[in-house]
Amino acid sequence: MPSACGSGPLSDAATIDTAAVAAPAARASLRKRDQRALTAYGLVAPAFTLMLLMLLGPLASVIALSFTDYQLGAPAFSWIGLANYQDMFADRVFWISLRNTLTYVVIVVPGAVTLGLAIALLIESGASLRGLYRTIYFLPVMATLIAMAVVWEFMLHPQFGLVNGLLRGAGLPAFSWLQDRSTALYALCAIGIWQAVGFNMVLFLAGLVSIPKQLYEAAEIDGAASAWARFRLVTWPMLAPVTTFVIVISGIRSFQVFDTVHILTKGGPSKSSEVLIHTMYTEGFEFFRSGYGAALTVVFLVFVLLLTLIKARLADRGVQTA
Amino acid sequence: MATIELSAIRKSFDGTEILRGVDLRIENGEFISLVGPSGCGKSTLLRVIAGLEPQSAGEVSIDGIAADGIRPSARNLAMVFQSYALYPHLSAFDNIAVPLRMRRLSAIERLPLVGALLPSRRRKERGIRDDVAKVAEQLEIAHLLGRKPAQLSGGQRQRIAVGRAIVRQPVAFLFDEPLSNLDAKLRVHMRAELAQLHRRLNATFVYVTHDQAEAMTMSSRIAVMIDGELVQVGTPTDIYDNPRDIRVAEFVGSPKINVLPGRIREGGRIEALGVALRLTSSAAPGACRIGVRPERIELGSGPFAGHVVHAENMGSEAFLHLGVNGSDVRLVARIDDPRRLPPIATPVSFGFAMDAVRAFNAEGKRIEVEIEHAERVRERAIV
Ligand SMILES: Nc1ncnc2c1ncn2[C@@H]1O[C@H](COP(=O)(O)OP(=O)(O)O)[C@@H](O)[C@H]1O
Ligand SMILES: [Mg+2]
Repeated sequence: MPSACGSGPLSDAATIDTAAVAAPAARASLRKRDQRALTAYGLVAPAFTLMLLMLLGPLASVIALSFTDYQLGAPAFSWIGLANYQDMFADRVFWISLRNTLTYVVIVVPGAVTLGLAIALLIESGASLRGLYRTIYFLPVMATLIAMAVVWEFMLHPQFGLVNGLLRGAGLPAFSWLQDRSTALYALCAIGIWQAVGFNMVLFLAGLVSIPKQLYEAAEIDGAASAWARFRLVTWPMLAPVTTFVIVISGIRSFQVFDTVHILTKGGPSKSSEVLIHTMYTEGFEFFRSGYGAALTVVFLVFVLLLTLIKARLADRGVQTA
Repeated sequence: MATIELSAIRKSFDGTEILRGVDLRIENGEFISLVGPSGCGKSTLLRVIAGLEPQSAGEVSIDGIAADGIRPSARNLAMVFQSYALYPHLSAFDNIAVPLRMRRLSAIERLPLVGALLPSRRRKERGIRDDVAKVAEQLEIAHLLGRKPAQLSGGQRQRIAVGRAIVRQPVAFLFDEPLSNLDAKLRVHMRAELAQLHRRLNATFVYVTHDQAEAMTMSSRIAVMIDGELVQVGTPTDIYDNPRDIRVAEFVGSPKINVLPGRIREGGRIEALGVALRLTSSAAPGACRIGVRPERIELGSGPFAGHVVHAENMGSEAFLHLGVNGSDVRLVARIDDPRRLPPIATPVSFGFAMDAVRAFNAEGKRIEVEIEHAERVRERAIV
């Protein structure tokens, strides 16, 4: 019979199997097992508590809140079931902001990813101004977005903005970019791309640096004469894990777009640039309909969860091909 | 197949001269090894030939045509890298097929989705598949074609890299230490295989290695490179028996050649370790160095006295390390029969035949010596 103080999982299993035959010895070993399990739980507890407090707790409360009519500061609330969700799906503003958010994501993600990659490739190919370029393009990431939004507001100002100044200089009509229903969302998209490009570029640069130089030499020897052929043969496949990561991060970040909207357009004019998080903010913190805001948040979280799942799937595939 | 001609190749990195004027003519179909200690510039020279590194001065010509303005992909050379440089995301099959796809398919045919639909692409792919299969059969790697490089052992990766090089008909093959990442046994096996491959392809091979044994066993000619200069170029026998420079003598051969301090007396007679030899030289009197290979040291009798300090039994042969009495010179002697190994600290007397002596002057250049004629009949006798 294995000794009761066996240390591996195998010997544990063996002791349990023989428990019926040799009860006293088995009971002693079970006590030992309990003790070990207790130690394990004890060690996990702090991290688990933190996760509960910081992550799962708020998540659970948001979901719970979305089934109530709670209003910020109100002394009481009552359960109203799916009423918030019914309201939401019946609300035209919700659908507009969902469509705008998706439009924003669909424009900003490809824009920011391809531009980020293109600039990273440019910087990587020309060594001389590398340091300067890195600073210039990383600036938007480092600087507070609010400060940058103010700068953009000035740039896009109908009368004395730089963009319109350039347009006028080129003989084109000036435009109220942020004040026009047909352009406000796209102007925000442009700012979103500009804001994400630097971050993406830095990630792509890191990915490019880690590609072994010998692969390019092998490609050259193998007859990949054009830059495009080498990109297709080496760069693009070797960069695949980084690209996946950049796409997902850009996706999640664009879903969260809020600050530029809040500062520059407040979702207007007439809801033409309303986005999910901004609607949530308005409902929750301006109209104090916390329950309704929570329901919006749940919808938002579902989208983020979807993106994360896609990323996990792609990452699994990436590991297999690497 | 091609001749490659290098004239006065120089290369500097950040002001440091790595190649100092290399002249070399590589004949059509020969197997030439570029051998030398690590860091002497062998890889750099190979990369200059391939066009991966532009030379600072000098000229490379392939088949009589100046290659300097021609980019690597257009030189039609094949190269096997030390790290193999296989594409990690491609299967072994696709790795080998890359050079064919790059050359046979147009840019449109290579496009991922659109290209696959073109009938011309399908036809060419069939040809590529046949060619890869042929190479796989030659190298006995047919069963590996579906695997990614990460799923292959070092030896298998090396074969895939060789397959990628031979699948097309390049004008010459460049190898940069292709065996240095393999274990000792596989390395010896692959030496024979590469030599056979050369015989079968009958193509020009330029083979870089720091391992003199590889160079000696495989090549038709060896170019010994030291500190960015080609010190001697010749057949393996010539390089071993007739080194023009003490650095060549010391680099080639394992264990290393024994070097004894010597002197050229007034009148030309040569002495080693203070003992006069039956050798004369017309070189200027002064210090010199006497080189004798381990297998030419004769134990049991002779003018030199020493004692055994260490013995290495290799099974088929043995090496005896001797300390010379009255000096701190150590030398190595080969014994054909390890059963005759004397124990440590045994006193031994030893000598060597006069025709085993390779003498070098103070600068390390070879000096011609004459064996004294009067004693010709007793040439193998000592002193
Ligand atoms: N790209 C480079 N930049 C700077 N120095 C280099 C470069 N490539 C090689 N060297 C230097 O040149 C010398 C010779 O290198 P190499 O040709 O690789 O030697 P080996 O004979 O071992 O192949 C080394 O000292 C190395 O540091
Ligand atoms: Mg090297």
